[in-house]
Amino acid sequence: MNLNMNSVESLVAQIQGLSGSAEDITHLHGLLKQSEELIQSESARLMGCLAELDPSKHSLGYLYILEACTSTVISKEQANEMVISIARFINDCAAEQIHLAPEKFISICKKFKDQVMLLEAPMRGVVPMLTAVRKLQPSSEHLTPLHPDFLLLCLLAKCYKTGLRILEDDIFEVDQPRDFFLYCYYGGMICVGQKHFRKALELLHNVVTAPMSTVNAIAVEAYKKYVLVSLIHLGQFSTSFPKYTSSVAQRNLKTFSQPYIELANCYGDGKISELETFVQANRETFESDHNLGLVKQVVSSMYKQNIQRLTQTYLTLSLQDIANTVQLNSSKEAEMHVLQMIQDGEIYATINQKDGMVRFLEEPEQYKTCEMIERIDLSNQRIMTLSKKLTAMDEQLSCDPQYLGKAGRERQRFDFDDFDTVPQKFNI
Amino acid sequence: MEVEEEASAHTIDEIYANGDDAQRHRAIISGEQLDLEAYAALYSGRTKVTRLLFIADHCDNASMHLEALRMAYDEIKKGENTQLFREVVQKIDGRLGPDYVSDQAWLASVDRRAEQRKEKLESELNAYRTNLIKESIRMGYNDFGDFYYAHGALGDAFKSYVRARDYCTTSKHIIHMCLNAILVSIEMGQFTHVSSYVSKAEQNPDALDPITVAKLRPAAGLAFLEAKKYKLAARKFLETGPELGNNYSEVIAPQDIATYGGLCALASFDRTELKGKVIDNLNFRNFLELVPEVRELIHDFYSSHYASCLDYLGNLKANLLLDIHLHDHVEKLYDEIRHKALIQYTLPFVSVDLRMMASAFKTSIAGLEKELEALITDNQIQARIDSHNKVLYARHADQRNATFQRVLQTGKEFDQDVRAMLLRASLLKHDYNNRSSRKLQI
Repeated sequence: MNLNMNSVESLVAQIQGLSGSAEDITHLHGLLKQSEELIQSESARLMGCLAELDPSKHSLGYLYILEACTSTVISKEQANEMVISIARFINDCAAEQIHLAPEKFISICKKFKDQVMLLEAPMRGVVPMLTAVRKLQPSSEHLTPLHPDFLLLCLLAKCYKTGLRILEDDIFEVDQPRDFFLYCYYGGMICVGQKHFRKALELLHNVVTAPMSTVNAIAVEAYKKYVLVSLIHLGQFSTSFPKYTSSVAQRNLKTFSQPYIELANCYGDGKISELETFVQANRETFESDHNLGLVKQVVSSMYKQNIQRLTQTYLTLSLQDIANTVQLNSSKEAEMHVLQMIQDGEIYATINQKDGMVRFLEEPEQYKTCEMIERIDLSNQRIMTLSKKLTAMDEQLSCDPQYLGKAGRERQRFDFDDFDTVPQKFNI
Repeated sequence: MEVEEEASAHTIDEIYANGDDAQRHRAIISGEQLDLEAYAALYSGRTKVTRLLFIADHCDNASMHLEALRMAYDEIKKGENTQLFREVVQKIDGRLGPDYVSDQAWLASVDRRAEQRKEKLESELNAYRTNLIKESIRMGYNDFGDFYYAHGALGDAFKSYVRARDYCTTSKHIIHMCLNAILVSIEMGQFTHVSSYVSKAEQNPDALDPITVAKLRPAAGLAFLEAKKYKLAARKFLETGPELGNNYSEVIAPQDIATYGGLCALASFDRTELKGKVIDNLNFRNFLELVPEVRELIHDFYSSHYASCLDYLGNLKANLLLDIHLHDHVEKLYDEIRHKALIQYTLPFVSVDLRMMASAFKTSIAGLEKELEALITDNQIQARIDSHNKVLYARHADQRNATFQRVLQTGKEFDQDVRAMLLRASLLKHDYNNRSSRKLQI
């Protein structure tokens, strides 16, 4: 008993003492790793000592203790306190110290998320999780396991704009495929919520075409949404997968999403009444997948597509003719739709109410302004950076010993005449 | 200057009038009901019968139907095809009186004769085969082919003719064999064989006399027509020399060559080709003289008298639908010709009054709008319709804006694709690392 008390105190003292310079921290890290069992067993006691520690200076020690505390079962009353204390810690902790024990940090953040959901107050978790993600990422190009949790909280709390900020970062490094799938799936849903259909399509496309060895449920759900968003944004859907899609996905995704593919076919025929009957018939399927809202948007997008097509062939057209061509019920409805589209900037037109005519105009963008030149310039810069990244990655990969080993093994044995791309010593 | 303007104004009026005053000069009578006797006289052999039967099946006119069947009956009785005889008798169904019923005596005698001839041919062929005289074997197979053809066993006929190939010694033999094979294939409706045997025959140019060359061209043309390759079919028909005359009546008549060639050319050639290969083609002129309506309609089309051109087409339609080779293609060809006319009408103008255009094409404004809409959506006409004022305005795409749009679009796509690629590479790398580390652990 005495011994334990002493070791607890000595531990706390060491944490306080060794949180100064970088070598001290590494020393402390070693000590903490050795004392894991002790920390686990004395978690309740250590919880009390937390008050003596400063989360911003003694982050590593604090982290270990906090992690041990949260690994036990938490009751609902304690949950609230736990949430507050973890939130405070995330806010105050030092990022460099956290990076020494990332798994523990991830573990407490996940517990945090669970508690917040248990308390049914996801809003409380949004900002702390955002801070956590930012602190955990080595750079903005890395995907952490916390990304999907953060996006999930945003979705549940309906804080789409906060979620969008994270989504604007370009991700290039991924550790766990599962994190990636969830990240893209939730990200897609957030973009749909904000009506950024282009980005949603991109994210969902990434899930569907990602390399996978077996079909997973995330990809199936993502594919269903992908079909719907593709119809809304592009007005069409092609059932052929790009070449780089995994064969597993190509074979199996369609079988799970039959009603959606049929919806896409119905959409392609262009008859609104048939589309609506189809939607009514399969209402329950869509509802159980929580996709009914998207499906309704698909139906309204069909009117838009038809009106868009009219702008290509007509200069002026009467509202009655529009109503007839697009299969609306009256010219009043046609007027409403056209008005909405003009306001959303989807078409350029003027409505002459006296004659009941709509005049379609050319796109006013002349590509002569400074803003346009800036846009093009920015685009250039981005692409140049991307190109450099691509070449750098290619070089790095060609020097990678694992790659060379595999390429060397698979090279033909006796082709002396061919140019040898892999040095001899890799011939295993 | 003034004189020029007057002259051009005069021609513009002429274009607008679309051949209406020309109607007064037109002495040609529009396509009347098909004269069966004259039509049947153009052909000989099996094709005469099949064409008559086709007309009987597809015509609406009861008297023409019976007349065709009667003539078919007479023609079949001159030959030895008992299968076709039975078919015709069934179709006549006793409606033509007691002379045109199943003649059992004739059937029995023909069958008996056929059996005897077959046995004789077989024994002869076997004898030749044992003696290994190439020429005789070839003639034996040919005779067999002829025999089967006369009796309507087209598949066997084809096989026999083709077997003769191994015993052909000179190019003339090969060509003879090819022509037989072509004939049977056309009757069977297997036009892929027709194309292959035509090319086979053409590989021996030294032995080809002009009449044979003239026979091979329309055969190839028919194959292309069947395959819906109208441009190639038109070219083949137009290349047919006038030496053909009536020498290929067992397949096609010179009137047909003019009609098929003319219509396919109208539907698929552009203006320069039409002028060069059809209107200025001296050889083809001989054929066109035989079908003055087709000649007139081609000229009307070229000189932009669309109303009269479409009039001629309308009149000819009923008879063309009775033609065995053209039947399936009439609608498509007519549609293409009509579309071409519409496109050609709008091409020289910046703006076109839809009312005048509708009267030129003898259609309603609403119908014309629909047709034009389809053509614009298909990108065949570059224009926009002003539905309020009923005017069609030519629209030339702004290249500069379009280029900018494409550039920005390409940039976005490149961006997206490369980022996705890098992501996938990263996923694969980590997956590979995981797998190899797992392997090492084991």
